Amino acid sequence: MRYVEPGLVLRFARNQLAALLVILGGMVLLLSLLTSTFLTANNIFNVLRAFSWIAIASFGQSIVIIGGGIDLSAGSNMAFAGIITAMLLLAGYSVVFSILVGLLITLGIGLLNGLMVSKTKLPPFIATLGTMSIVRGFCYGMTQGWPVRNLPRSFMFLGQTDIWRVPLPAIIMIGLAVFCAILLEKTKLGYHVYAVGGNEYAASLVGINTGRVKTIAFTLSGLFAGIGGLLMTARLGVAAPTAAQGYELDIIAAAVIGGISLTGGEGSVWGALIGAAIMQILRNALVLMGFPAYWQPAAIGAVIIGAVMIDMYRKRKV
Amino acid sequence: MEAKVFASSQPILSLRGISKYFGGVHALEDVDFDVYPQEIVALVGDNGAGKSTLVKIIAGVHRPTKGHIFFQGQPVEIHSPHDAQALGIEIVYQELALIETRDVPANFFLGREPVKGRLGIFVDRRKMVEDTVRTLRELGIELPYLRSPVRYLSGGQRQALAIGRVMPWGGKIIIMDEPTAALGVKESRRVLDLILRLKEKGCSVIVISHNMRHVFNVADRIVVLRGGRKVGDKKKSETTPDEIVKLIVGADML
Repeated sequence: MRYVEPGLVLRFARNQLAALLVILGGMVLLLSLLTSTFLTANNIFNVLRAFSWIAIASFGQSIVIIGGGIDLSAGSNMAFAGIITAMLLLAGYSVVFSILVGLLITLGIGLLNGLMVSKTKLPPFIATLGTMSIVRGFCYGMTQGWPVRNLPRSFMFLGQTDIWRVPLPAIIMIGLAVFCAILLEKTKLGYHVYAVGGNEYAASLVGINTGRVKTIAFTLSGLFAGIGGLLMTARLGVAAPTAAQGYELDIIAAAVIGGISLTGGEGSVWGALIGAAIMQILRNALVLMGFPAYWQPAAIGAVIIGAVMIDMYRKRKV
Repeated sequence: MEAKVFASSQPILSLRGISKYFGGVHALEDVDFDVYPQEIVALVGDNGAGKSTLVKIIAGVHRPTKGHIFFQGQPVEIHSPHDAQALGIEIVYQELALIETRDVPANFFLGREPVKGRLGIFVDRRKMVEDTVRTLRELGIELPYLRSPVRYLSGGQRQALAIGRVMPWGGKIIIMDEPTAALGVKESRRVLDLILRLKEKGCSVIVISHNMRHVFNVADRIVVLRGGRKVGDKKKSETTPDEIVKLIVGADML
């Protein structure tokens, strides 16, 4: 008896990443032909920098969604990490300390989300809808609605430095993507995340501690939203209580375009990375081709629907 | 020959006076249940008779409200599926308990993925694939694609995988909840062969089934539950399908 694997064509058709790379490559090719400005180092690095925050937050989101949940508090967490860190910096604390506290707090919010989902059995949508609003309320309350300005250069360095012309946030993004990919695809915890999202009942029957897995997933999502938020704040040079409003939907959209099923159990952080890239390149393309920026949300919406339809069709056919 | 085996050996698993209440519902009431080494026991009864509750107690999913469990003569407490696995009790669930979105090796080792390296967190993928292939070959299970998500497999292939994956763990008792329920004739035949092969390999098997033909095909002994109580415990050679059906529905015996 032989165990045959599917042929190359079938494997390619079933491979989400391959399909996404084809779409991404097609966009890049088309834009290089249509515009003279797209394929310049400057533009590419600007695109990279612009989607790095969203991509990083979407890595954490991906872990949650693959584990069968959703984290609506990601946008609020991004803003809150920036505000906490900015306020500590202005109070004279060191950059390292301020960053660590900012991240620790969003990690704590993630942990709280996880405990609400795993211990009190709140649906993830409800639990994180609540924390989304609570955290946003803290953002406004702690700042009285005013943006926190005059951040030290040593902090803004994080979002504004280039290393050999590559923006630091993009390098951090790639590093975190590798970290998440290893976590999900190579570790026992990662296998259990897929198991819980794919069939929670089955996972609990074989003795997987599903509550623990979910709690870790939400905690990581809080942490990654915090990292993305700090890079955003460092780039903008200001921590506004209104920052990252609505970003949770972009973050979820990046994961969804990247082939991460909202029903859980499948997808990868590389998909989320490509999904975030596709969204940003689309925005960039509309600008370069002279469309008014007001039309961007419509285009993004169409891409979300198109990407998911292609993904569903692909899964059914093969 | 079989009778001699029964006479000379102690039960590997004994349940005594097991009751299970879910709130006011008495799912099981004072049930005694034995499994002998290398024996296939069929557990039969109408819907709601308590079959699934009984096997879930054995598998550590439910805790009994009253009663005691003995494994190889020793009193044991089974608090979790891990406890059951540690004793050598494996269960193949009716719901199949597969992760549709994951491939065959990931399902094969679900919940007990082998690890490598000093940290003990990295999954030993190569070992997973090798062990999966070896076990499936030993059992004569044919699966087309090892690395595709399980959702692309047929019902029979999934059932074979669900049964096959309990094999490498040195299970002494394997419990199957309706293993042939959703299968065609040919696929059912394969699963029944698999059950007999498990017995040859030295396992005891507890099979829940509604299909009398399948029960009489493979079982050595048939235990009947009705309304949470044990109402029959017969060697196959000393009973008939008619008698078992009467015990199940509770019709007057004479």
